[in-house]
Amino acid sequence: MPLLQVEHMTHFFGGLRAVHDYNLSIEQGQIRGLIGPNGAGKSTIFNLITGVYRPSEGKVTFRGESIVGLPSHEIAALGMGRTFQNLRLWRHMSVLDHVKMSQYSQIDYGLIGAFFGTKRRNQQEKENTEKALQLLDLVGIRHLADSMVTNLPYGVQRRVEMARALAINPKLLLLDEPTAGMNPDELMDLMQVIRQVHNTFGLSIFLIEHRMKFVMELCERIQTLVFGEVIAEGTPKEIQNNPKVIEAYLGKEVET
Amino acid sequence: MGYFLQNIVNALQWGSFYALVAIGYSMVYGVLMLFNFAHGDVFMVGAYIGFFTASGLMALAAMGSIAIPGWLILILTLIIAMFLNSFVGMAVERIGYRPLRDAPRASAAITGLMIGIILETGNLALLGAQRRAFPPLIPPTVYKVGGVYITNQKIVIIVVALALTLALHQFVQHTKWGMAMRAMAYDFLVVPLMGIPINTIAALTFALGSALAAAAGVLYGVAYPVLGPYMGIIIGWKAFVAAILGGRGSILGAASAGFLLGFIEIFVTMIFPSTMRDFIAYTIILLILTFLPNGFFGEPYSAKLRL
Repeated sequence: MPLLQVEHMTHFFGGLRAVHDYNLSIEQGQIRGLIGPNGAGKSTIFNLITGVYRPSEGKVTFRGESIVGLPSHEIAALGMGRTFQNLRLWRHMSVLDHVKMSQYSQIDYGLIGAFFGTKRRNQQEKENTEKALQLLDLVGIRHLADSMVTNLPYGVQRRVEMARALAINPKLLLLDEPTAGMNPDELMDLMQVIRQVHNTFGLSIFLIEHRMKFVMELCERIQTLVFGEVIAEGTPKEIQNNPKVIEAYLGKEVET
Repeated sequence: MGYFLQNIVNALQWGSFYALVAIGYSMVYGVLMLFNFAHGDVFMVGAYIGFFTASGLMALAAMGSIAIPGWLILILTLIIAMFLNSFVGMAVERIGYRPLRDAPRASAAITGLMIGIILETGNLALLGAQRRAFPPLIPPTVYKVGGVYITNQKIVIIVVALALTLALHQFVQHTKWGMAMRAMAYDFLVVPLMGIPINTIAALTFALGSALAAAAGVLYGVAYPVLGPYMGIIIGWKAFVAAILGGRGSILGAASAGFLLGFIEIFVTMIFPSTMRDFIAYTIILLILTFLPNGFFGEPYSAKLRL
């Protein structure tokens, strides 16, 4: 059974058809890519899967459960982590707090425990802090745990986002243009981090990306989206040589 | 000197009410970017719930002809009023604000004013225009400490206000709900995607703010035992000023600004005739805000960030 299965998903914004008959099936442990020109509807697909929007038509199944219409906090708690195209961090909170915040759905002590500091609360808080620090270690920013994110460089903020997404214990990680705004050095680092995360947790990754080299190197299979429709799907090699993809990116050759 | 110290004690008591009410304003404003203009009236409802609880408990005690000490009734009244008023707050959020979460902020502000009027006039319709006298729960005992007269009521009010402020501060800084509140202050898109139910957090924010307002209402009844349907308006406005002065969403900021308001008002009356009190006090605050537009603890904030 695939981890995530999307069948015949279509979405309208008013009269505009943003996504048309979209299908996807991700197995446990796969890294998949979604490419396409700006405005093709890639982020919309992420928003549909994560419950920010409710698809107009179609089925979405995650871990064997239909998630269409579930509020996004429940979908997230099922094990779907996500990062964003434009960094969306809580600027004046510390790095550690970002990660601990994402553990919300795993914390089960009650209000009484919170106020009076019961044993279970203290125990859980300790474990969670430890887990959070390990995640920061994994993405290489443990030494910055107490810094406020607004003061940190861009590449580091990307890692904070990654750690935050990992803190909800995802089975599937959705990365929306993880390399946006990065320089080549940061890019190589990030690829390293993604590989490491993938190996450590054995999770599935679905990423939107514009940098071809990055996608081609990481992903097993890639979909190309144009005007809300998948025009090509296949291995990196197949995608690279697909005339439709080349046309979408470079334009049609003018016949003379 | 004794006179001066006396006024400090008075200012602390007077500021306690502002502080407790201001925290509720500040929390809602910080988490939902919403001016809950009904909050002063939620304070009024809290005072009335306290009045009925205290009267009921006293009647119960009289019926069983057991002597329940006044301080125990006061504690029970505080707890019950805070508990019940938190549901009033959640109802205000659910009925008034949640349907307007994506509406322009002006609509939400007007909603607050309307809910306020409904609470005031609802009280008027239900209970009539006569004022209610809050039952004397703890008979005043006066202690004289170095020329300063301190009543046991003043001590209770100040201690309860400070304790609640600190407890809430701890809550917001160190629990998952508090952290969720701080995160929600930045956006509504990412927070649910990290597994956090924003409707629950919004309701909790209103519940906590309203519980504190109820505590303020009960304590106010202890100090000034006359309740009326419009008692929340001026206190609400002034607490709102304190919330802004303290800085958006900052609990300690709102509380300290509430106490500062108490100090300014009391010390203005030390020097000037009391009819001039608010005129001078709020001119001073206007000047403070001119130079500190973000308040004491406010972060520079751009509304564009909020989705």
